[in-house]
Amino acid sequence: MTETVISLRGVAKTFGAFRALDGVDLDVARGEKLVVCGPSGSGKSTLIRCVNGLERHDEGEIEVEGRRLEPGTLDAVRAEVGMVFQQFNLFPHLTVLRNLTLGPMRVRRLSRADAEARARAMLEKVRIPEQAAKYPGQLSGGQQQRVAIARALCMQPRVMLFDEPTSALDPEMIKEVLDVMTDLAAEGMTMIVVTHEMGFARRVADRVAFMDAGRIVEMAPPAEFFAAPRTERCRAFLANILGH
Amino acid sequence: MQRAALILALTALAGCGGGAVWGWHVVSPMTEQGVRNLEFLIGGLWNTVALSLTAMALSTALGLLVALPAFSERRALRAVNRVYVETVRSVPILVMILWVYYGLPVVAGVAINVFWAGVLALALSDSAFQAEIFRAGVQAVPKGQSEAAQAIALGRVDRFRYVVLPQALRRILPALGNQFVYVLKMSSLVSVIGMQELTRRANELVVTEYRPLEIYTILVLEYLALVLLVSWGVRRLERAMAAGQ
Ligand SMILES: Nc1ncnc2c1ncn2[C@@H]1O[C@H](COP(=O)(O)OP(=O)(O)OP(=O)(O)O)[C@@H](O)[C@H]1O
Ligand SMILES: [Mg+2]
Repeated sequence: MTETVISLRGVAKTFGAFRALDGVDLDVARGEKLVVCGPSGSGKSTLIRCVNGLERHDEGEIEVEGRRLEPGTLDAVRAEVGMVFQQFNLFPHLTVLRNLTLGPMRVRRLSRADAEARARAMLEKVRIPEQAAKYPGQLSGGQQQRVAIARALCMQPRVMLFDEPTSALDPEMIKEVLDVMTDLAAEGMTMIVVTHEMGFARRVADRVAFMDAGRIVEMAPPAEFFAAPRTERCRAFLANILGH
Repeated sequence: MQRAALILALTALAGCGGGAVWGWHVVSPMTEQGVRNLEFLIGGLWNTVALSLTAMALSTALGLLVALPAFSERRALRAVNRVYVETVRSVPILVMILWVYYGLPVVAGVAINVFWAGVLALALSDSAFQAEIFRAGVQAVPKGQSEAAQAIALGRVDRFRYVVLPQALRRILPALGNQFVYVLKMSSLVSVIGMQELTRRANELVVTEYRPLEIYTILVLEYLALVLLVSWGVRRLERAMAAGQ
């Protein structure tokens, strides 16, 4: 019996009259890697932003580690859920090291020494230990995104959410970020990854979900997902994105 | 502009002791009378600086405090910010000074000396502008910054203190510098309630020496020196804060 880490039941989110999420049911098991894809505007970002409460869902229920997501539990849930953004969103006024120690020191109440030790270990893990003293603006996009991953990992989250982590990167930097994510997956991290990197999905994902118009339309292990998409929309999307 | 004024002043000074039109001896460091007068004039410097610095510190703190409710999700709190800003900034500074000095003691039932009346009036007036500067600065910090801070579970206060405010401060530093220059200049208005600052001293000397051109030229130079000093300081601070980024 696998343990459920994230569970969504009938989750809906509306912006004005527009339903960005239209009744999503989803269970993610401990250690599972779920890749989410779908056309622009289909609600992928909204979905993962709801999981850590960056957007407040209007209907349904979200549970993370058995804890219901509601205003009172927001910070507790966020402390267990790491998030990586398309635009990195590093704190430009802080050095890489301070970007990494801020959360552990303020939220986890670690001493500076402990937080720095942890930060350096995480920088080692994302393969840029030498950048600790620099400011984000002095790093390449690929390095910045790896710092962002390290910043999330410093909180020792139980789940990692990625929202198109490589979409803002030059092609030669995509691989270094995907490699770090692959390492993380191999260590057993539970991950939800919104990406159009289908190579990564094939190699790493346990399941791939296809979203359209605020719903999960299809969800299957990658072999099945890529070989035999069931819906026309998913076929069209894959044909488009895989370039044939 | 500043350079032109300087050249004008220097050419004027070069004519020292010359024609009958000029009477630079009243402020010339070469004559005993001039030295006495210069000392008297410059004697107002400390009050001008103390007044401006205190008012600026107070108005910055007050401005930030007034800006905070503008970020609230609650309409009533945002309204508090709007009402304060609109009301306070519609009062002319001179009127504010008169009101605080003559009116406030009646309302509050406490005597208030000239210095603190000046500080309070300048700080109040300026705080409305400071609040607007802070509000714009905070709103200019990209939303992703506060979201990233939320994602590492920082609470509201920590998000503001460690992530948003420092970035806003960097953005608004030039505007804050402007505001400081503005307060420095507006401190001259406190002369009307008898504060012995630069302008008051110049006015008093003009009355006894009948040499407005020469004395007010010195006054212009005094403010010029102060403002240049502030500009230089702000630029240094900007550079220091931008280091590394
Ligand atoms: N804050 C918001 N206000 C209004 N509409 C929004 C907001 N956020 C998202 N939307 C709308 O909700 C829909 C889903 O947005 P979302 O960002 O989740 O899509 P996405 O699948 O991530 O797309 P993309 O691939 O372009 O990132 C879009 O139509 C978008 O315009
Ligand atoms: Mg998106």
